[in-house]
Amino acid sequence: MKAFAALFQRLDQERGTNAKVAAMVDYFTATDPADGAWAIHFLSGRRIKRLIGPVQLREWLAEASGLPAWLVEETHQHVGDLAETIALILPPARAEPTTDARGLARWVEDEVLALRDLEPDVRRERVTAAWRQLDEPGRFLYSKLLTGALRVGVSQTLVERALATATGHPRPVIAHRLMGRWTPDADFFRGLFAARSDNEDASRPYPFFLANPVDGDPADQLGALHAWQLEWKWDGIRAQLVRRADQTYLWSRGEALITDTFPELAEAARQLPPDTVVDGEILAWDQAVLPFAQLQRRLGRKRVSRRFMAEVPVRLLIYDVLEADGCDLRSRALGERRERLEQLLQPCSPPLTLSPRIEAGDWTELAALRDESRARGVEGIMLKRADSPYATGRPRGPWWKWKVSPLTLDAILLYAQPGHGRRANLYTDYTFVVPDGEQLVPVAKAYSGLDDREIRRLDRWIRRNTRERFGPVRSVEPVQVFELAFEGIAPSSRHKSGVALRFPRIARWREDLGPDDADTLAQVRALLP
Amino acid sequence: MQSALIQPTDRGLYCADGDFYIDPWRPVERALITHAHADHARSGHARYWAARDGLGLLHRRLGNKAALTGVDYNAPLQFGRVRVSFHPAGHVLGSAQIRVERDGEVWVASGDYKRDTDPTCRAFEPVPCDTFITEATFALPAYRWPDAATVAADIHAWWQENAANGRTTMLFCYALGKAQRVLAQLPADPPGPIYLHGAVAPLTEDYRRAGIALPDTRTVGEAPAAEDYASSLVIAPPSAAGSTWMRRFRRPATGFASGWMRIRGNRRRRGHDRGFVLSDHVDWPGLLQTIDDTGARQILTTHGRADELVRYLRERGLTARPLATLYGAGDGDEDNA
Repeated sequence: MKAFAALFQRLDQERGTNAKVAAMVDYFTATDPADGAWAIHFLSGRRIKRLIGPVQLREWLAEASGLPAWLVEETHQHVGDLAETIALILPPARAEPTTDARGLARWVEDEVLALRDLEPDVRRERVTAAWRQLDEPGRFLYSKLLTGALRVGVSQTLVERALATATGHPRPVIAHRLMGRWTPDADFFRGLFAARSDNEDASRPYPFFLANPVDGDPADQLGALHAWQLEWKWDGIRAQLVRRADQTYLWSRGEALITDTFPELAEAARQLPPDTVVDGEILAWDQAVLPFAQLQRRLGRKRVSRRFMAEVPVRLLIYDVLEADGCDLRSRALGERRERLEQLLQPCSPPLTLSPRIEAGDWTELAALRDESRARGVEGIMLKRADSPYATGRPRGPWWKWKVSPLTLDAILLYAQPGHGRRANLYTDYTFVVPDGEQLVPVAKAYSGLDDREIRRLDRWIRRNTRERFGPVRSVEPVQVFELAFEGIAPSSRHKSGVALRFPRIARWREDLGPDDADTLAQVRALLP
Repeated sequence: MQSALIQPTDRGLYCADGDFYIDPWRPVERALITHAHADHARSGHARYWAARDGLGLLHRRLGNKAALTGVDYNAPLQFGRVRVSFHPAGHVLGSAQIRVERDGEVWVASGDYKRDTDPTCRAFEPVPCDTFITEATFALPAYRWPDAATVAADIHAWWQENAANGRTTMLFCYALGKAQRVLAQLPADPPGPIYLHGAVAPLTEDYRRAGIALPDTRTVGEAPAAEDYASSLVIAPPSAAGSTWMRRFRRPATGFASGWMRIRGNRRRRGHDRGFVLSDHVDWPGLLQTIDDTGARQILTTHGRADELVRYLRERGLTARPLATLYGAGDGDEDNA
């Protein structure tokens, strides 16, 4: 645990990516394999199930620290993070140095996961005993594990880079080995170092290749149009369909297995030959593409009834093939993969569909097509170099997304609450309202879009202009106007405003505008398609 | 019962029986000053009294013409019906608590203070009193300071590491008090020269003139344009971060020394390489200890987390309430603590 706590501290302190990678390389090279596996589990943002709720932890903390419960709660609000609050307010650990040399894996398994089977009183006993013997960094880490949410602040790419250096394997190999389902144990960790993983998991998807947004006019930046393969940018769920050994696995970009959420796609995948992996987009589709809000209704369900499948039908629009006949095609040029994909999908019928290529004679014609995006229910245009291999992550150059300009509206800030992680004790989560006659009606929540300086200034303003407090939420004088950008707008019966915005974020703080200049609800509704 | 010995007014804390103000923020005839920070020592008053150790700093802040009277610690003065004396507060050079006594009733206004070791000023001395006016900048249990010598050793080790990598070490901290305290507490074997920002250098000179031993320093503004700061430690006020002044340093490693660095969110948000927990204000355990030491039954609070402290003290059977003052820049301003 000490070694991982030290790694955590180094990662927390270092700003440079090279230094972060170096810290992880040091750790992975020296660590016990089981500890290393758990470290990767947490570093790559995986969680463990939360066993003890925050209310319970605060109660134990009040008792252990001898402070009144309300003061623990005020302090928690000020600090922003419960595990950190625990580390900061408990009295210093006893003077004698701890002799506990257990590593991360033992701590996770013996002191966290094992709590599951204990009586509440025994749990409290175990947790407070652990608090007493750990130093501040140890307490913080242990309490983070208890709350199930250890966010380290390194990207998956950096973890892959560090493991690539530590194991001597190329990064794509490491990235692939980290995909999908795995158990954090010593065997998994050793498997990362192995020359050839002999127990390759059949379900494992490939790392997704992501596009960068075009900034400005692509005609000035991307050269001749004929070098590019053009497709619509769909507004759905990116997914990889893995067909191996007569089994089908559907993976979302967040590496969630969503096979059971879309049984009709799994069924249709039987049309594909074994050992095939394709990449595409899941869309709600009835004659034509339906708004994302429809697709959203299909998410988060464990079982999907026939009737519901008929109510919101879906399709997988496929635009790439990564593996055919068990052969990894990712290093082949996109043009070649596209030919292979068209052959492969020839015998297939909906809901498996080829995502069409679009044709444009020149950049002007393409720009005109892009202007039709909203009417066609797409987000814009994808530009992929015809000679590009299927890379890992988001390298700049081969793949671009050229989205339509976002919609905007001017709304008023009414509620604010503290954020998480590095924004834990700042008011950074905002709720915006627009006037509807005499009333102010919420239209959007937004978390990003301001720079650090603006965030601090707004935080100070919020604290000084608070009207009411409801737990962590404050209401403020409704005078600050912000321009919100968003990708789409749909009718919604769940929201008081009657509309739901897609991807709202702050475009600008409009200090030049007063609340009377904000858009009204009627004006917002007029944006509905 | 008689009227309160010290009362908040729109000009500052006022003692009617002695007809003087403590750290007033609007012009008055007689001002008693606890210390030289800008929110406590403002210009425009007719006459000033302050602890003798801080006269140099106060003259720099208020100008040479300011009518300043230096007072020895513990030496009594008479103002009308009340006896007044200044006592070390341990905050910065020349900082004082102000004790006011009328007919056996004693009030102490602490100004800003801390209980931790600081070689640049006289250590805090608890003064028994009936009413204690305390700051509450860091009055939450999360604020407990690490040992200052350990923090100084951490800064030193970080400087050594940077110097070994050929990088300049840039430490941001408050120019009056914190900067000199860091200088005084650094271990004796510097890996390179120490440079001061133009806002830090003159105040540091004032400390030396007052007899405080500090390591040798140079001033950035006086260095040649082509100066190589590779192994240097540079001490600058937080406002210098991100300014054009920074351009002369190539890829410096930056750190920030402040009590606010106790919170991880603050450390990370500042975007510096390191945050060092070092404050000239009292921490939570020190605050409770001090209230205990004074034996006061009534506690009045200024700055910061006053509401929580007041509630906590009331639950422990003390009389407590917040005083409205303009001290401290308020929530979110993290530069001077």
